[in-house]
Amino acid sequence: MSRHLQTFGRFAIASLASLLLAIAPAFAEPYIPGADSDVLERLPEKNDPALRDLKRLRTAASKHPADLALATRLARRSIEAARDSGDPRFLGQAQAALAPWWQLSDPPAPALLLRATIKQSSHDFDGAVADLDRLIANHPSDGQALLTRATVLTVQGKYRAARADCSRIAALAAPLVVAACDAAPASLSGAAGDAYRSLLTALSNAADNDAVLREWALTLAAEIADRRGDGAAAETHFRDALALDPRDPYLIAAYCDFLLDRGRAREVLPLVANQTRNDNLLLRLALAERQLPDAASAFAQHRRELADRFDAARRRGDALHKREEARYRLTIENDAAGALRLARENWQVQREPADLRILSEAAGAAGDAEMQREVAAWTAATGLQYAALRIPAAHRP
Amino acid sequence: MKRPGIAALLLFALWTAPMPALAHKASDSYLTLTRAGSDSSAISGRWDIALRDVDNAITLDTNGDGDISWGEVRAKHRAIADYALSRLAIESNGASCSITSGEQLIDQHSDGAYTVLRFSGNCPRPGATLTVDYRLLFDIDPQHRGLLQYVEAGAASSVIFGVDSHRQSIGGAAAGPFEQFRQYVRDGIWHIWLGFDHILFLLSLLLPAVLLRRGHAWLPATSFGAVAIDVAKIVTAFTIAHSITLTLATLGVVSPNGRWIESGIALSVALAALNNVFPLVKNGRWVAAFGFGLIHGFGFASALKDLGLPTGSLVLSLFGFNVGVEIGQLAIVALFLPIAFALRETWAYRRALLAGGSIAIATIAGVWLVERAFNVALPGLAFAG
Repeated sequence: MSRHLQTFGRFAIASLASLLLAIAPAFAEPYIPGADSDVLERLPEKNDPALRDLKRLRTAASKHPADLALATRLARRSIEAARDSGDPRFLGQAQAALAPWWQLSDPPAPALLLRATIKQSSHDFDGAVADLDRLIANHPSDGQALLTRATVLTVQGKYRAARADCSRIAALAAPLVVAACDAAPASLSGAAGDAYRSLLTALSNAADNDAVLREWALTLAAEIADRRGDGAAAETHFRDALALDPRDPYLIAAYCDFLLDRGRAREVLPLVANQTRNDNLLLRLALAERQLPDAASAFAQHRRELADRFDAARRRGDALHKREEARYRLTIENDAAGALRLARENWQVQREPADLRILSEAAGAAGDAEMQREVAAWTAATGLQYAALRIPAAHRP
Repeated sequence: MKRPGIAALLLFALWTAPMPALAHKASDSYLTLTRAGSDSSAISGRWDIALRDVDNAITLDTNGDGDISWGEVRAKHRAIADYALSRLAIESNGASCSITSGEQLIDQHSDGAYTVLRFSGNCPRPGATLTVDYRLLFDIDPQHRGLLQYVEAGAASSVIFGVDSHRQSIGGAAAGPFEQFRQYVRDGIWHIWLGFDHILFLLSLLLPAVLLRRGHAWLPATSFGAVAIDVAKIVTAFTIAHSITLTLATLGVVSPNGRWIESGIALSVALAALNNVFPLVKNGRWVAAFGFGLIHGFGFASALKDLGLPTGSLVLSLFGFNVGVEIGQLAIVALFLPIAFALRETWAYRRALLAGGSIAIATIAGVWLVERAFNVALPGLAFAG
């Protein structure tokens, strides 16, 4: 009897849940909340003292907008908050802090470096490089500027120039910074093995006290190991990195992709369950739920949410999320042609391994042999080693 | 590729963090403006702004607990409306539209709760296009965007406002062909009603239509049918004539001198009115209507040119304007004819209205003629034309 009741209860709850999901859009009308005590929005600083400080700093800086020291401090902290949370509002606030210097052709060095960083984050890579060129011309031993330019050049696929910048900081920075700076472009241009070994050596020689630097280097090591096809080593590095910073959205997304590639979808859920405001992590959640039969209703809901987010980004004229949107179109909507169009547009702007991979997969699904040949040509020309990138023998040059 | 972050903070005096594209939804507001049509002075608006953004601008979380409650929002409704509406300006035909805030609600968007501000606008000089100047939040987040949806007569178009594109025009070219046609019909009607010279010319021709000239005396016409036929002949002749010249001038086949045309129109009004007092043309007034109608058509053409012609749909707008002129004209006839027919046997109609009215019209037209022909303004009569 009780077993029947339980079954009935489950059925009732399931029906109710799907009914609520079905009629949810009908509630999408403005309303007047029932009580003054109803909480409508939880601000990000609710559980984050650093963000509360940032808010106070912003209030203080707004009274002295022309104070360069205050403005760069606020901009730096805002960029940090943007990176930690993935929330572009903080990036916009960083830009606002630099408003008096934003349009100048030759602003003071601190403002120029921050401006380049904000441009890079907005995918204005050429603008970022132009600012950094000017900065480095005037300050040839600005290590941070060199490191930032190496990063942007790597994203653009200009590995030789990126490595040249990394060699210039050898005398300016700690060995682990130099090794990590170089490992990124080196691992993508035919020297993955050497880059990986140098990085591990630098990691073992470095002091343990800089958790943030270690986390960056370990994530990089995990990605290189994964591209070289060493899943076990990659997993170890990922876990070590997560132990240092379990909340880094970039690291979580990379680890989720690692798990999804190995059919370990269920392990993805707890990593991203509470972070669905982040589009990248919501995408990973939906990709995991798609593989899990018991997550069908959650998948349907998250799929709809993703469609809304990409639609919202398109409506504001954003071109920042084409890689993710291409992946969504290909894997979740089975729209190979749409995915290929987005992946191609994305490839014109950024050329990281993940950009190449979605381009290759979309071209394969859409049966675009020419694009597949281009992917193969790029891989051969750069010497890229990438286990997950499957290039049909027919397209190899 | 994970990009170096705080790494450098501890190594270099200055820190900066290259990073991947941010994955949260950015700051957008959603503005909807609705108008019944391009001739409507009333605008209704709805503006959805994220509570987080409002908080960044004017601090909603007054108790500082990190939560925004309905009570906190409600207490700031006035401040929210003042803040938002001071950063939105709408203009039409060079005159700014007044904006009045209305009810405020809450809506859930995919990225959190938004305040929904309803407002109404009133444009003193409604026109096909509205110019919107949007400046919300750009000072505290230059990456903010305003997404405007404009709905006019059921058709929607959209515009994105950014820090470098905060002022944009909506409506006008975006309107569909039907809406454009409707607009020109309306302009045609207004042109007939506001252009006194056309009305006075028509009235001068119509005043004697309910009477018959016998020798030197006016007698009331006996049958309404005969009167209606006479009126129909006059109106049709006038219509055909002005349609011909309106079309020719609009298509650029002929382009007569504007001053001569305006003077000619004034002369036509004067002659039509004087003919009622000293009749020369007796029962063939439709011929006069046709002849002078040709001149009036050129006048319509210059009015149409002043409105600005869409290059893509010239013929449609020309046709629409002409239809509007006919509608305006028929409305005058429909109003005038029954009254005139009812009053036709009275002394007041034959003496006061026909003779007195015609003399008055002729006088006004004479003044216009002098003004237009010699390009001078005579005091007290500047309203006309």
